[in-house]
Amino acid sequence: MQSEELPVKPGRPKPWNDPRIRSVVFQLLAIAAVIWIGYTLFQNTVNNMASRGISTGFGFLDETAGFGIIMSLIEYNETMSYGRTFLVGLANTMLVSGLGILLATIVGFIVGVARLSSNWLVAKVSLAYIEIFRNIPLLLQIFFWYFAVLGALPGPRQAVNVGDIAFMSNRGIVLPKPIFEPGAGLMGLGLLIALIVTFILARWAKRRQAATGQIFPVLPVGLGLIIGLPVLAYFITGGPVSWDIPELGGFNFRGGITAIPELGALLLALTLYTASFIAEIVRSGIVAVSKGQTEAAAALGLPPRRILRLVVIPQALRVIIPPLTSQYLNLTKNSSLAVAIGYPDLVNVFMGTTLNQTGQAVEIVAMTMAVYLLLSLSISILMNIYNRAVALKER
Amino acid sequence: MQENNATVASAASNEDIIAVQDLNKWYGEFHVLKSINLNVRKGERIVICGPSGSGKSTFIRCINHLEAHQRGNIVVDGVELNEDIKNIEAIRREVGMVFQHFNLFPHLSVLENCLLAPIWVRKTPRDQAIETAMQYLERVKIPEQAHKYPGQLSGGQQQRVAIARALCMQPKIMLFDEPTSALDPEMIKEVLDVMIELAGSGMTMLCVTHEMGFAKTVADRVIFMDGGEIVEQAAPETFFSNPQQPRTQEFLEQILQH
Repeated sequence: MQSEELPVKPGRPKPWNDPRIRSVVFQLLAIAAVIWIGYTLFQNTVNNMASRGISTGFGFLDETAGFGIIMSLIEYNETMSYGRTFLVGLANTMLVSGLGILLATIVGFIVGVARLSSNWLVAKVSLAYIEIFRNIPLLLQIFFWYFAVLGALPGPRQAVNVGDIAFMSNRGIVLPKPIFEPGAGLMGLGLLIALIVTFILARWAKRRQAATGQIFPVLPVGLGLIIGLPVLAYFITGGPVSWDIPELGGFNFRGGITAIPELGALLLALTLYTASFIAEIVRSGIVAVSKGQTEAAAALGLPPRRILRLVVIPQALRVIIPPLTSQYLNLTKNSSLAVAIGYPDLVNVFMGTTLNQTGQAVEIVAMTMAVYLLLSLSISILMNIYNRAVALKER
Repeated sequence: MQENNATVASAASNEDIIAVQDLNKWYGEFHVLKSINLNVRKGERIVICGPSGSGKSTFIRCINHLEAHQRGNIVVDGVELNEDIKNIEAIRREVGMVFQHFNLFPHLSVLENCLLAPIWVRKTPRDQAIETAMQYLERVKIPEQAHKYPGQLSGGQQQRVAIARALCMQPKIMLFDEPTSALDPEMIKEVLDVMIELAGSGMTMLCVTHEMGFAKTVADRVIFMDGGEIVEQAAPETFFSNPQQPRTQEFLEQILQH
């Protein structure tokens, strides 16, 4: 390669003007600063804890907690350990986040589509909903639902009675609890069979359409099966489910399942707040699909619902999913505002009571932060997998 | 208003595949289409030209009801076009349309673009639909691009796919709404070649275009629209050599100058 020999070597810049040398020097300085800050923090903490006589380590997790928690999805009483309080708080956080994500998605999609409705009233009501709920601080909304709405319900003795089986009072909502008796397994089996049959049906319908062109209504038939088979099993086996109906005894209800007002208020606030953002995301996603797409599909003779499902939604999802993921993350993290009304979530139980009683600030804060990080990353990963599944290949 | 004898005669014939009577359309206060009358015989090739804003695109978009009209009658292939969704969908099945900006579905491959309507509207078995689609993709000379996505194709190729996609429904009528206006000059020819070939096959065609060369080669009739009215219509030889109306003469002078 003689032609590449340059007649004159390009002059090297002075070392302090050479971008490569500069970047190496700055990176070394930055690393040194980070190490120094980290070391100082660590030393400081260790010194402080030593001077206050706090032992480090996770041994405290095995000690007896000695305090009660008003709601627990797993078995818990005050003789159990601090480690157990961590799990109780975690389960409660995951419950409210999971339900919140599910409900906010449903409400958000409905309102988002309604916002684009050609019906003036529907569109304006949706707009009003969105503007009210996304512009009021979430903490205020939680207080509103907790104190002004659920807190204003009458006491248990004057509870709002829904057909003698469910009651709403300021102690929460009490619902009948199903008790499965022998034979109820058949209902579960019915559900399982219905799910499997629907799955096979969907594949069969796809293959039949490919072969003959006939379109089979999978959705209504599948739904019918999934609801119908367990109901059929219920009647065949002579009703193997009995209900534990709540009764007023003394000053509160006995039996049934109680949803405490803290859960109700937090769930309502998180759902309605996040749904208002999701609605805007859904609306923008649908609007982002150009009118030409709908026109081209219509000109081919496709009916409106097929246009929506085959042309508009696949393209809208690509715009919707990334910001939807951040809303899910926001909702999960916002659930820590539970502490304001005393819903026993992770922050309230573990970083609140447990931290106060043990004083193990470093360990507890680190554990709590790690949990939120892990929850958020899991949601992100799941949503990214879904995003990749629906993403356009395009090129 | 110039009423050509040939058109009057064809109005009575029962071979008319499109019959438009007294078509009027308003955008709010603005009167876009003013009492349009047009009869199109089966297999006739019509080119519609006119200055921008003359209502020519709006007119052909009325024929498959992408635009609603407020007064008048449109009968396509014996079906009356009104607000009845069944009628509209029946007409759209028989009328293919090609747009200025192609409007291919970017999330579907070229082949899937061509399969969508035959499978979901005509309920064609997939294998058969693929066979038909490949036939038409060969006819527009891009069978080798079948598995690419629209974003990977040039403008001319995209427009040819759009023509194939419309043809896969095996329509009786094809509407072209300025099919070459968004294309680079060197790609116009490949699209026009496909359209000329299609015209030779006996397809009924309505083209809104400024390609006067195309009009001279294939049109049976050239229609000049201005201000929402049909100003003049004639066979291309007469239309270009001996235009009757001053507005037509002015328009032709403008576009044929260079």
